[in-house]
Amino acid sequence: MTAIDSGAALPKRRADFIPALLPVALALAALPFIGSSSTWITLTVAGLSMGMMIFAMASGLTLVFGLMDVLNFGHGAFIAVGAYMAALVLAPLAGWTQADALWSGLAALLPAVIVAMGVSAALSIAFERALIRPVYGQHLKQILVTMGGLIVAEQLLYALFGPQLIALPLPTALRGSIVFGDAAVEKYRLLAVIVGLVIFATLILILTRTKIGLLIRAGVENREMVEALGYRIQRLFIGVFMAGSALAGLGGVMWALYREQVHASVAQELTVLMFIVIIIGGLGSVTGCFIGAILVALVANYAGFLVPKLALVSDILLMVVILLWRPRGLFPVTSR
Amino acid sequence: MSPLLTLTGVHTHIGRYHILQGVDFTVPEGETTMLLGRNGAGKTTTLRTIMGLWRASAGSIRLAERAIEKDATPDISRAGLAYVPETMAVFSDLTVRENLVLAARDAALDDTRLAWIFGFFPALKKFWLSRAGTLSGGQKQMLSIARAIVEPRRLLLIDEPTKGLAPAIVGALVECLMEIKRGGTTVLLVEQNFRVAQAVGDRVCVMDNGRIVHAGAMAEFAGDEGLQQKLLGLSLDTHQ
Amino acid sequence: MMILSGDKPRSLVLSVLLAAVFLALAFAPFLFPGSKPLNVAAKICIFALLVASYDLLLGYTGIVSFAHTMFFGIGSYGVALALFNYGPSWTMIVLGVLIALPLAAVLALAIGLFSLRVQAIFFSMVTLAVASAFAVLASQLSWLTGGEDGRSFQVPPALRPGNRLFEGEIFGVALNGRVVSYYLVFVACLVLFLLLLRIVNSPFGRVLLAIRENPFRAEALGYRIVVHRTLANVIAALIAAAAGALNAIWLHYTGPETSLSFSIMLDILVMVVIGGMGTMYGAVLGAALYILAQNYLQALMGSVSSAAASAGLPLVPGLFHPDRWLLWLGILFILSVRFFPTGIVGRLRQRATKA
Repeated sequence: MTAIDSGAALPKRRADFIPALLPVALALAALPFIGSSSTWITLTVAGLSMGMMIFAMASGLTLVFGLMDVLNFGHGAFIAVGAYMAALVLAPLAGWTQADALWSGLAALLPAVIVAMGVSAALSIAFERALIRPVYGQHLKQILVTMGGLIVAEQLLYALFGPQLIALPLPTALRGSIVFGDAAVEKYRLLAVIVGLVIFATLILILTRTKIGLLIRAGVENREMVEALGYRIQRLFIGVFMAGSALAGLGGVMWALYREQVHASVAQELTVLMFIVIIIGGLGSVTGCFIGAILVALVANYAGFLVPKLALVSDILLMVVILLWRPRGLFPVTSR
Repeated sequence: MSPLLTLTGVHTHIGRYHILQGVDFTVPEGETTMLLGRNGAGKTTTLRTIMGLWRASAGSIRLAERAIEKDATPDISRAGLAYVPETMAVFSDLTVRENLVLAARDAALDDTRLAWIFGFFPALKKFWLSRAGTLSGGQKQMLSIARAIVEPRRLLLIDEPTKGLAPAIVGALVECLMEIKRGGTTVLLVEQNFRVAQAVGDRVCVMDNGRIVHAGAMAEFAGDEGLQQKLLGLSLDTHQ
Repeated sequence: MMILSGDKPRSLVLSVLLAAVFLALAFAPFLFPGSKPLNVAAKICIFALLVASYDLLLGYTGIVSFAHTMFFGIGSYGVALALFNYGPSWTMIVLGVLIALPLAAVLALAIGLFSLRVQAIFFSMVTLAVASAFAVLASQLSWLTGGEDGRSFQVPPALRPGNRLFEGEIFGVALNGRVVSYYLVFVACLVLFLLLLRIVNSPFGRVLLAIRENPFRAEALGYRIVVHRTLANVIAALIAAAAGALNAIWLHYTGPETSLSFSIMLDILVMVVIGGMGTMYGAVLGAALYILAQNYLQALMGSVSSAAASAGLPLVPGLFHPDRWLLWLGILFILSVRFFPTGIVGRLRQRATKA
């Protein structure tokens, strides 16, 4: 150990900006290939909105893993639950959803979002009790049991709502595009971007400005020490698990409206996407999850336009490239 | 003096290893008790078992009149114990301030108390808003101890605070430990550096193979080189 | 069996059960004549092998892969595409296998080196992602794979039903190409299964177990965890691909549903857990039991569902509809992992040691 005296200046640790700049660099690099700037704007906004939705879904997954070393393979189930709740709530609100005024479209979405988040959070308590707690600390069983939970949840949704696709039309007021110059940007995608940014900002504020947030970050780093300071981490964990599931439910509503359809198969489909995103971001990192989600979605949109066949595997390729550069993801969380 | 902490016949298993094999000792209130012993004797395991981080498989641990061996770690902590682990375990992603905000569990940070802490650890004031991960090893150790004393606690468990630190820092730590002691706080301290142990310890317990093999006054133990040689395999001449 | 590996079943009941399964499969064409029973028997052989290779990963290495169907699919598609594109000959079967096996090995090696370095849970996530991308590719690249419809193809003449080994019958059964195919599948599966049994009882297998029990200790003893786990992953992938090739030969068909679908992955998981993880023998019992049950219980679910529907019960018909097979399978799977983690073989051995 070198001499340590309190007067010595600290080595300035430079903040890690490179990963945060990646999406910007990617977007700029794609521009010359795409050629037309209006297409580029449309694709970029599409990518950003998709990224925000995936971020909303995956943020809880990565936090729960960081905090408790629990990787919930059944997280996707709450996305599907959210989507079905949206269909359930919006069906009787047809009067509002079909009105032209923006406020009535949003007013219809509000109860849908509240119900979706509430039901997801409530079900997550049961999920945690029945499936996660009994195998806590046993990775192998945890993977198997939560994966089983995903299958069962998906099948139960089929049994309850039927195996067919359910159409979920977007409220009239949110249809159509806003034109900037010669670029058309869908209104709903803009809304998704705004919602995603609000979620990200809220999460970051909570994590950096509140005591609960500090506890979560401290717990991600060293669970034991948080307990030794006298805090019950189990309660914190259940709180985070519920909040994460509620966000997955919200993501489910957003995704269902974006696709304008509801089907339980999104649970499995998006599980894979979420995994790729949180691996890219660094397991446990909310910021990493945010950047990772945007990267994956931008790449998917650009590749879908430039080389459609490549888009089938673009997420995997992106993951491989990122991991070759940083084997623990963009923002590796310390100590794990 | 009445004992604040009493361990009776404590056994701890980690996996299939039987680490503590019947530990008995007491920590008198208001004094500093040193826990000494060779590497692997079970000192860290003893502290972790007291904190509830390992479960005692048998035996009892009492804090004054209260049995704590079955309690969960947060409850043990709230009963008035503070723990400074060997790894320091500062939250490196949090700032110095945030580390102490979390440690001040019962109320907001108290300025007088902080000023007292800054008195022996000025570095913490200087780097108040820096991330703890950017601190040097010695500064992390200071932060870890500061966390334990940011609010008054009944008993401090401190695991090898001087390990790997430069002599200048060791001096500051000893100052701090003496000051804590003068404040009347009870301390159970694991220490490899016998000079430090001798300087701050009132009593001494020596462990070997998961048991206490000697307990007595520090002054007496420090005067008996033969005993030190026998129990610790060292003497003041050869060590340091 | 026992001579080859020295790993005895270690339970009388288990030995009897294994012997029964072995004899039933060895003489299946004569004991259970007809095409449906023979299909069931062949499926049991193939899945016993597939599940055993998965057990090498899950049971002996303690890592969860969701890409096992991908390797199964690689074997299936390798043989299928060779036969489909270049005509039914033995050379093409060999060619298909020669393309599929190295591909499976390289992919398994890449996935292992890539994701096993970090944490076992990384491996599970990465395998899930890679396998689903592979499934998407297989269903989208229809010019090559036939897409969702898959590829039907001809097998070499010797394996076709029309082929007779000789005129006349043995025990009233005509020895046609189907029977020959069955014995091809049976013998290949048996040999590869014995090979697996040999592998897990070799020093290599014991190192795997040591790593599973205590990775830190094994590392301290100087075993390279990543190398051993990756090697296990490669071996498992190779054998899964071989099982896939046999599956294609038996079915004369390969498509996403029969080789890549996630429900097959779940089937494998259920079989290995019910049979008993880390025992190899469990794979045989798990596969036999599960495939028999699947053929029988799915029909039962159908009748429960329609009975409930005619009785006018709400929700029940939906829950017992044969399409909800996965629901019950999932529940069974969760309960097995929770309450029956050592499986049938584990329980039988436990009883044997107690007695």
